[in-house]
Amino acid sequence: MTHQYCTFLLDGHLFGVSVASVQEVLKEQAVTPVPLAPREVSGLINLRGQIVTTLDLRTRLGIAPRPAGAPSVSVVVRAADGGPVSLVVDQIGDVLEAPEGALEAPPDTVPAELRELVAGIYKLEDRLMLLLDTERAVTVSEVAA
Amino acid sequence: MDGLDEIVGEFLVESHENLDQLDRDLVELERDPSSRDLLSSVFRTLHTIKGTSGFLAFGTLESVTHVGESLLSRLRDGQMKLDPQITTVLLEMVDAVRELLASIEENGTEGDNDYADLVARLHRILDGERAEPVAEPVVEPVEFEPVPEPAPEAGGPHRRTVADSSIRVDVALLDSLMNLVGELVLTRNQMLQRAATREDIELQRTTHRLNLIAGELQEGVMKTRMQPIDNVWSKLPRVVRDLSVMLGKSVDLHMEGRDTELDKTILEAIRDPLTHLVRNSVDHGIESPEARRAAGKPERGTLVLRAFHEGGQVNIEIADDGAGIDPDKVRAKGRREGDRNLSDREAMNLIFVPGFSTAKAVTNVSGRGVGMDVVKTNIEKIGGTIDLTSTVGHGTTVRIRIPLTLAIIPALVVSAAGNRYAIPQVNLLELVRLEGEQAKSQVETVQGAPVYRLRGRLLPLVDLREQLELPAVERPTTYIAVLQADNRQFGLVVDDIKDTEEIVVKPLGRQLRAISLYAGATIMGDGMVALILDTMALARKAGMALDGSDSVDRSATESGKDERTALLVVGLADGRRAGIALDTVDRLEEFTLDRVERTGGHEVVQYRGHILPLLRLDNALHGYGEPAKGQDLQVVVCHHEGRTVGVVVNAILDIVEEELSIRSHLDTGGHHGSAVVAGHVTELIDISHAIAAFDPALLAPAN
Repeated sequence: MTHQYCTFLLDGHLFGVSVASVQEVLKEQAVTPVPLAPREVSGLINLRGQIVTTLDLRTRLGIAPRPAGAPSVSVVVRAADGGPVSLVVDQIGDVLEAPEGALEAPPDTVPAELRELVAGIYKLEDRLMLLLDTERAVTVSEVAA
Repeated sequence: MDGLDEIVGEFLVESHENLDQLDRDLVELERDPSSRDLLSSVFRTLHTIKGTSGFLAFGTLESVTHVGESLLSRLRDGQMKLDPQITTVLLEMVDAVRELLASIEENGTEGDNDYADLVARLHRILDGERAEPVAEPVVEPVEFEPVPEPAPEAGGPHRRTVADSSIRVDVALLDSLMNLVGELVLTRNQMLQRAATREDIELQRTTHRLNLIAGELQEGVMKTRMQPIDNVWSKLPRVVRDLSVMLGKSVDLHMEGRDTELDKTILEAIRDPLTHLVRNSVDHGIESPEARRAAGKPERGTLVLRAFHEGGQVNIEIADDGAGIDPDKVRAKGRREGDRNLSDREAMNLIFVPGFSTAKAVTNVSGRGVGMDVVKTNIEKIGGTIDLTSTVGHGTTVRIRIPLTLAIIPALVVSAAGNRYAIPQVNLLELVRLEGEQAKSQVETVQGAPVYRLRGRLLPLVDLREQLELPAVERPTTYIAVLQADNRQFGLVVDDIKDTEEIVVKPLGRQLRAISLYAGATIMGDGMVALILDTMALARKAGMALDGSDSVDRSATESGKDERTALLVVGLADGRRAGIALDTVDRLEEFTLDRVERTGGHEVVQYRGHILPLLRLDNALHGYGEPAKGQDLQVVVCHHEGRTVGVVVNAILDIVEEELSIRSHLDTGGHHGSAVVAGHVTELIDISHAIAAFDPALLAPAN
């Protein structure tokens, strides 16, 4: 049995999220910044009349910030509580099929911030795909304001 | 099977409505037992439920309503007269019916309870037996006049007008309609903005029509969601009756403005707070008949509910003529340092502090200190405010102000650091614009806190950039939006003021909900998202005491009140505090020491083309502290009867406005005695005496 994953690139790493949880992929959007928000939140976008929170996945995963001027795309995922959340990534990849057995837990040497949000690592033929735990990824620490 | 379910569903909806009517009618009947109209209405309602339950084979429901119906038919025909005992049993029957309906709604069956006891009691009454009186309510004995002849039905005003012209609509449908209209309004706004830049006459005309139609549609859909406040109030007569019977009190409930309309969402949100407030009034407010008699008041207490529209908002008042709240008792119960020095008005607001209760005894009705804070929170959640006034011996009035609707609101759009923010118009009082030089001279600071004099009152200024932790900037023009939060006013300094716009409030994602400063977000005409600012949270974040639990009232909104005094609090070198009446203060200045010159025995400075004599407050008040050497002089420029004097102080501490309730005439040279201000003993300065202490010849004429 295989699962389909929507893949994207972040700082050279291949990440995957279950196709079922992806609503759509957007090109770069005009983002309204939110002062006082947690630093992962890059702002709010207008998605056909719906206001959607945008998270920068690099910041969320503790990866170095995107070089200035580098292109980005947004993957809009549906969280369990129904509201869509947009995740900013570097580049969108193909939809891949991965066999269930090829999943392995991330090794302990992976930085904790990343390990926490990676449900597992798929050993694909030519490279590794990190499976993103979308539920955790869209849950950011609460800030008091 | 589906068809049957539908019938049962309709039966349930209809019966619930009928039961509410029944509650209301029965309580009203108690006061006016001879009303044939009411009796017929009650009878009809019950008859309908009975008939349908028989048809749908709900045996228990039928048996309960049947015996109730028999009892009512006797009452209607004048064979029996209604008394409190019968009313109580009838109300119990209504409750039983309600329980049965709830059970049917839940699992389609009537449940296990057979209500045999209730049926038996109803039968006993039918048979003319008097059971032992159960908790007789204290009501004036009402003489019952048997209705001699059934009054003709036709002609007289009918109770319930079953409007054939109305249909039942699912609320979810209305909600989605409202959402769609919200989208339409946003799209219209975008359209208008685009069209304004084109030269196309035809397009202009079309968008103009679109504008009008969208506006009317919005109004229309909004109206479908409007419901009279009576939908919530109708439950209250029953609440008041049951509670007063239980407590052995007698209370008349008057309701004014029953048909005042509110958005359904808001109506739902105020249901519990209102019930709580009414229970509170009956339990704590209105005294026992004995106590009332002793106080020379009528034995029956009066509780008035009032609702009316005012300035785009709905006002609801709950007023009782009970014992009132003694501010001294409240102060004594206050648990915090400084609670004892509060003004009466501030003390009243302690009631809204969590865990606060003045009740001597905790009853199962109220008095646990849980509640008023929740009431306040719930009201604030829907953008409302709550206020309480009370006079000992005369009663308490709670005032609630809430918006008509939450979905689409007019808002002022401002900007800070290139982004737009919306401020709900209900919070907006006025706009002030200060050009560069004006801003420099008119915005003063009190210990780093900027203030602006708005028509003689000091308006604390809050910088939006600062609150949002955005980089500060030098503004060529200062824009101030004067906002109202609770009873305080403050000026929000923004980069620019854009426009007013109708906005659709949309919730923020859960990642951002913890930021209290935002009430939500909206989409602007150009399709960009703008955050909606929460005025209350903004004021709170800026350190303003909104709930009255902090001891100092910083704003001047209450200066119209009699016993309040606005004081500039200054510090002396030895740590003492002194207060100068704010209305004698002209300006706060800093003079470098080299500007001080001497004439005769006095220090003076050249100030605005005059010679300003300086008065060292330390000397005048016989202070023993050493004034700081080599520092700039902090000077309060005061005036009195055309004379101006500069009072040199060690530090300018605060501006407070409060009742000077604790004062002594211990005179230290300030000639006004001392008072406790903001928790500190403060010496009050009479400027006229201070000036007279000078050689009058030296005094500068007023500017």
